[in-house]
Amino acid sequence: MATTGVSAPGRAQIKQKTLRTDRWWLAPLRIGVILAFFVVYATVRIFMNKYYWVDAYHYLTPLYSPCVTSSCVEGSSHLGTWFGDFPRVIPFSIITFVVLAGFRGTCYYYRKAGWRSLLLAPAACAVPEPHKKYNGERKFPLTAVNLHRYFFYGALVFGLLNVYDGTQAFHGKDGGFGIGLGTLIIWINLVMLWMYTLSCHACRHIVGGRLKNFSKHPLRYRYWTFVSKLNPKHGTYAMISLFTVIITDAYIMSVSAGWFSDLRFIN
Amino acid sequence: MSYKGKFRVWRGDAEGGDLKDYEVEVNEGEVVLDVIHRLQGTQAPDLAVRWNCKAGKCGSCSAEINGKPKLMCMCRMNTFEEDEVVTVTPMRTFPVIRDLVTDVSFNYQKAREIPAFTPPADLKPGEYRMQQVDVERSQEFRKCIECFLCQDTCHVIRDHEENKESFSGPRFLMRIAELDMHPLDAADRKNAAQEEHGLGFCNITKCCTEVCPEHIKITDNALIPMKERVADRKYDPIVWLGSKIRRRA
Repeated sequence: MATTGVSAPGRAQIKQKTLRTDRWWLAPLRIGVILAFFVVYATVRIFMNKYYWVDAYHYLTPLYSPCVTSSCVEGSSHLGTWFGDFPRVIPFSIITFVVLAGFRGTCYYYRKAGWRSLLLAPAACAVPEPHKKYNGERKFPLTAVNLHRYFFYGALVFGLLNVYDGTQAFHGKDGGFGIGLGTLIIWINLVMLWMYTLSCHACRHIVGGRLKNFSKHPLRYRYWTFVSKLNPKHGTYAMISLFTVIITDAYIMSVSAGWFSDLRFIN
Repeated sequence: MSYKGKFRVWRGDAEGGDLKDYEVEVNEGEVVLDVIHRLQGTQAPDLAVRWNCKAGKCGSCSAEINGKPKLMCMCRMNTFEEDEVVTVTPMRTFPVIRDLVTDVSFNYQKAREIPAFTPPADLKPGEYRMQQVDVERSQEFRKCIECFLCQDTCHVIRDHEENKESFSGPRFLMRIAELDMHPLDAADRKNAAQEEHGLGFCNITKCCTEVCPEHIKITDNALIPMKERVADRKYDPIVWLGSKIRRRA
């Protein structure tokens, strides 16, 4: 018999590693499949380097915003061109990818999801993990998760850029005002991205959580109270926004590639 | 409305033991602790079980029911099917004394290692003044009944006996967070939380929050805010620089 964990000497000797009778494996499996799908999808998309811009309606996918290399197709570089052509192996959405993947990768919700679903540490409560040793987030490179606040600042900037992209998406075929299904999808995604960003634990800490005396900072206390109301749903916003990003990108890719046409409501 | 419920209860001590099968009468409105008491009164008079208030307020009757850490007095029998086997074991993170009773002295040792509330040196007793808005955040943590279910379920020590020395567990990291958020506490808690009490072991998988019978949001309101405070001190160069400049000014 093993002599570690729940079988350590002195503890109640029970043969079964877990006595849970519910389907404890279902939630980590489901989340793991979703995360794996997103990682594969995002990797394929960032190396695709095409189908990210719909010129007729000015739709730009959030995975390629901002597009700032000279390789970007005409019209998609809202912020101008900062770099020349990247080598083929470097996707030209690399900056966006680093900031957004960094924000989600160091996010407290995704850390929970990753530890549970991908590293099984633990897969579910009171279910033994398979690792012989466990150090948590104490050693490099895992100490890098403490940089979450910097990725949060980056996500704020990219969130503002996405809002600008969203305003550009009210573009009709004849050059005037227009609304299509793509515009709606882009704005639903924007709302969910901002809910996810503003409900972040680092945001909650920065706006007021780090204070000892709320009474001396009434404005920051109000911000903290607002973020604290959003924060319990952070995990929900994290997953919904993951899907809205994929749906937005897939829709723009499809319209851009000509697989189907955008459904237009106005112009 | 009563029926014969099927129970498997762990019987034994530190030398060894086994799950024993029992059939015990279950009546409408009862909780697991009621049935364990009936088992003790009718079939197993030597069954050891720790209990006190029967109302979810003393934290004595912590155990694992169908593998989940729970208070026996707060686990209603109508949450199980009548033909379902209900397995009751002691908490599996702590040394067993006998049957359902464990030795939780690990927790008392960890409690002693945390320095008590430390008021500013220039304040005398009777001079403490605080605004309600400054203390209400940490009042949530005062609901803790010290049932130690959060400690029991935390995989850092549940699955790794060797981490017990360097990890205090969610209940006591929450205590450190409570003191660090206290408007009049002058002690440095951040370095101690990371270096001495093992906050970095916590991978915020939220099992402590899931099992808390007082529904304290341990992870979101205590452990993560404490991690952010530690990040201020140890991992954020801008905050570090700002504090140096302020101190010099």
